[in-house]
Amino acid sequence: MSSSVASLLPVLAAAEGGLNWQGFLFLLFAVLACSLAVAVVVADNVVRMSFYLVLSLGSTAGLFFLAGAEFVGAMQLMIYVGGTLVLLVFGVMLTAQEPFVAIKTPVRDKLLAGLVGGALLAVLLQAAVSGPAWSGSTAEGGNAVASSSGQPSATPLGMALLGVRVDGDVASGEQSPADGQVRSGYLLPFEIVSVHLLVVLVGAAYLARSKRRKSSGGQGGGASTGGMR
Amino acid sequence: MAEYLIQTMGLPGWLTWSLLAVLSAVLILNLMAGGALVFIWAERKVSARIQDRLGPTRTGGRFGWLQSLADGIKLLAKEDLMPERADKMLFRVAPYVSFCASFAAFIGLPFAFDMVALRLNVGVFYVVAVLGLEVFGVILAGYASASKWSLFGAMREAAQVVSYEVPLGMCIVVPVMLAGTMDLVTIAEKQSGWFTNWYLFHDPFTFVVFWVYTTCAVASVNRAPFDLAEAESELVAGFHTEYSGLRWSFFYMAEYSSMFLVSGLAAILFLGGWNGPVPIASLLGLSEGSGESTGAFVRLLGLANFLGKATLGVLFMMWIRWTLPRLRIDQVMTTCLKYCTPIAAVMFAGAMTWLWVFPGGC
Repeated sequence: MSSSVASLLPVLAAAEGGLNWQGFLFLLFAVLACSLAVAVVVADNVVRMSFYLVLSLGSTAGLFFLAGAEFVGAMQLMIYVGGTLVLLVFGVMLTAQEPFVAIKTPVRDKLLAGLVGGALLAVLLQAAVSGPAWSGSTAEGGNAVASSSGQPSATPLGMALLGVRVDGDVASGEQSPADGQVRSGYLLPFEIVSVHLLVVLVGAAYLARSKRRKSSGGQGGGASTGGMR
Repeated sequence: MAEYLIQTMGLPGWLTWSLLAVLSAVLILNLMAGGALVFIWAERKVSARIQDRLGPTRTGGRFGWLQSLADGIKLLAKEDLMPERADKMLFRVAPYVSFCASFAAFIGLPFAFDMVALRLNVGVFYVVAVLGLEVFGVILAGYASASKWSLFGAMREAAQVVSYEVPLGMCIVVPVMLAGTMDLVTIAEKQSGWFTNWYLFHDPFTFVVFWVYTTCAVASVNRAPFDLAEAESELVAGFHTEYSGLRWSFFYMAEYSSMFLVSGLAAILFLGGWNGPVPIASLLGLSEGSGESTGAFVRLLGLANFLGKATLGVLFMMWIRWTLPRLRIDQVMTTCLKYCTPIAAVMFAGAMTWLWVFPGGC
């Protein structure tokens, strides 16, 4: 979320020299994404929350499409928006004892959450804006968002997810191919994320199941035994 | 076209792009609305003939061809009801979510060579991703209605669509693999020539994959025999029990345009897209690039081919709907998890092996 807040700044800087249509669409999607993200936090009904979350994530997908990153945008729609759908179904099944339960948060918790969230946002914002990529693109302004060199293709990304890097060195300088180190692609992070998701899934299934038979005991079983059964 | 407008007419860039965007949106909206009108009439006639009835005969003179329009006017005039305990905001918004998801999916679907609102590098992926969002509107509708029938329908729909996305995705990967791209325009272009070039007839595995895709597509757009979400014998009307009038008709339009969409996707992925069974244009020595008027003629021919194939797909779905009885929910899940998914997986491996053994086709 904070990344889209941070990426507002260069466009705002470029807006002084006349707002072009990319800048306008960028602002539109960015404001939508941010305000709906706030709405997720403020809303007190789990289904409304997920509805706002879907819209917010959809706006973020719109930002990706605007930047010419079609693959990432479609991924965003498929995984995050589609994932929220499953989240919603689980959320309703697990939490709703009766229709339209309002989740009331005490003021003390709200203050605490606001403090932690604000501090995290401040740190991330500072880190994001002070990065070399951001300060470099400020000179280019909003045009840098839409202009892309050549026809982008999803093939290198797909190959990299399989563990083969066929593309050139994007962030040149940090690790060049000359030092003998083979760039291994994104197979390991990809697998780690997959296993992580599997654990979450098993945990959700365990939670949903243990509610029905409380008498069977086994409190220390945890997620793994839930999966074994 | 954008370059033409900017350079010849001297229009500013933002105006040109807005004009083109509005033009595409209007065309797609009209296709969805007009298509729904035609298909609803066709559904009435097809179901009537299958059941040895006549169907609408009088509205608009012969064949009752104005029946859908009369239905539409009736729907406009209906009272807009909302349950008292409903979540008002979500109840109002749900039909639009379904409709917008269906609409957004059409953006990536090419109708003929160069006739696509937005040519995406990952067209297939985009269309499938957006099409999966349509169920969100259904779930919202079911939840927001504060009715048990609606909630049951929505939960069934969620379980069904989430499950059927797995074999559907596996089937779609096969043509993507054969073409080596996810760009829908390129996939259709690679099947040009005689109908033997279609991916349906590429090898035995793709032939089976096509039928698995058909099953999953029917299930994913929630049509009979997989219309558990609105099973009228058990759930009154499922997720749209509490809806009436125009809001209900948005769900209906979304359903019919999704049917058209999955049929169009099948046409592009397996049935050669806008390439006819017999390459008339190339036999006559014409192509999309040859001259302005002949190029336009070839494109129109392609459009007719594509629309014909997609319409046949929709009629096929109607035929299935009025022939087969509805499955039980456990049978729906069995069909998906025990039959479609393993078959799709085996056929996927088979098609891959075929590609490996006969790299240039056979």
